[in-house]
Amino acid sequence: MAHGWGFGALVNLDHYGHYVNWHFLSISVSNLVVIVLMVVTFIVALVAPFPGRRSRKRPQ
Amino acid sequence: MTNTEIERQWTSRLRRGVVAKLPPDKLLPDTQPAYVASWIYVFGVTTMAALAIVIATGCVLALGGPQWWHTTWLGHFVNSLHLWSVEIFFFAMVIHLWGKFSMAAWRGGRSLTWVTGAVTFLVSILTAFTGYVSQTNFDSQWIATQAKDGINSTGGGAFFNVLNLGQMLMWHIVLLPIGAVLLTVLHVVMVRIKGVVPPISESAEVTS
Amino acid sequence: MRKKAFRPDVDAPEWRGRYAPYDIIKEGTIALVVVAILTVALAVVFSSPDEKAITIKTWSNADPIDFAQTAVSELNGTSGVAGYGAPYNHGGPAQGWGFLSPAKWVGVHIDIHTANDFVLDPLKAQPAQPALTAALARWTSASSTTQSAWANAYGNADAKMTFTNQRVNVPTTSAGPVPVLINDLTMMARSGALDQALVTQNGFYTTNYTKPLLFLSDGSYLANLADKQHLGGDQWGMMNETGSWPGQAWLWLYTFWYQVPPYNTSASGDFLVWGTMMILTAILIFVPFIPGLRSIPRRLKIYRVIWREHYAEHES
Repeated sequence: MAHGWGFGALVNLDHYGHYVNWHFLSISVSNLVVIVLMVVTFIVALVAPFPGRRSRKRPQ
Repeated sequence: MTNTEIERQWTSRLRRGVVAKLPPDKLLPDTQPAYVASWIYVFGVTTMAALAIVIATGCVLALGGPQWWHTTWLGHFVNSLHLWSVEIFFFAMVIHLWGKFSMAAWRGGRSLTWVTGAVTFLVSILTAFTGYVSQTNFDSQWIATQAKDGINSTGGGAFFNVLNLGQMLMWHIVLLPIGAVLLTVLHVVMVRIKGVVPPISESAEVTS
Repeated sequence: MRKKAFRPDVDAPEWRGRYAPYDIIKEGTIALVVVAILTVALAVVFSSPDEKAITIKTWSNADPIDFAQTAVSELNGTSGVAGYGAPYNHGGPAQGWGFLSPAKWVGVHIDIHTANDFVLDPLKAQPAQPALTAALARWTSASSTTQSAWANAYGNADAKMTFTNQRVNVPTTSAGPVPVLINDLTMMARSGALDQALVTQNGFYTTNYTKPLLFLSDGSYLANLADKQHLGGDQWGMMNETGSWPGQAWLWLYTFWYQVPPYNTSASGDFLVWGTMMILTAILIFVPFIPGLRSIPRRLKIYRVIWREHYAEHES
């Protein structure tokens, strides 16, 4: 690999990636993590309670 | 000038039109309808926050020029900030898209809000692409030599030469950011004018 | 006032209910601070990739035979770029489907003649050397038929090419001056002079790397490095980044088509992919106007989770 700047990072990603393969589908572990995080974030955003229940009628 | 002449000025007409369409308390409202109470609503503003950081870090990269990030630790760190803010930008924007689709947010005369949002998504992809081919490293060499085939097949490659670093860099730092920001402003102004879309209703009165 | 039928996927009832305080500037500020902190954290923890660019010099030193074989294909017009067609030349048919061929309609706008641009003109720019000067003169004064015969004779034998004692050797005697041209071009490439010659043909300043990039793309070196990084077109490469960094997940649908027929078997695969994506993109943009598609949110019912308190209050 040699030329990337993985050094200086706390987690070194400067090596060939790992891939998850299934039939013709192939996705890098890092992309899979990102996509899973997106789906989890979406679900959490939908179900997590939102703060603040005070309300007042808007003055006309 | 008489009052009528003042009223007929382009300046006066523009101001009256803008203020009528978007008065200050609509541009910067202090309340929202009670149904705006879900975390899904924060992804639009998160996307904009990420865009601001993408632009800010891009400006810092511009200070040192296109090669700076290869040769100094600080330049490389700013490049890392730029890359990760772009990842957060797309992360938030896609969740925002999922949320707005789930809400059918185009309802009630909000089609143009949806359209500008979708076009901004595409302009963002193009902006990211021109950024990737401007990296001046192996990745940009590969991406450019691959992407040329797709773009050439549309006829666009004759004018948009992805192998021309100078052209791609200028699209990336001038034309496309201006486009993306203008579209974002238009998108947000429309949300402010129309208000946040009400919950889906199976039946209601519509009058014209 | 006329009453129109309410269309739940198009219309929205006017809100006459409660409003609640909502500080959008505070929200925006918090978003900015949170995203800034997250960006710095990710940059500190993961950094970013920077695989060094390759040059014609690195390519020809790492694999002189691949370079020389590519150079021959540029000279005899059998390379990918030589036969590309629009927008580079008239060497081949542009991609299209049926009568649709926008690349052909637009035509050649970026002139690339591989024999001249990649081989002969760079050699002519070299300082005068007797053997090279004679070879170039012999080539230039020959008819195009003779030139083709020489280049093809060399090309037909280049599977047996060797590189020994810093020289390219091909077992053929009917290639005229071609062995000298190819050998000297390889030496020029290995010294770094060819990289320079390919970009300065139009003058001192340039930011246009069309020629060296096209030459690199015809060889195997660039593609082999890309394959190792899983960036190839048949490896979902468009989504991937060098190393183990996350790439461009948002390109999943663009790259998907390149993995399946007929896109991955057609000579106009790129045109088919782009055409498909343009149609799907238009569908995305015009969702609000497409019956059926715009009903999906109402049928999916995710909205009932988003607005559950509203429905609890109004439907009780």
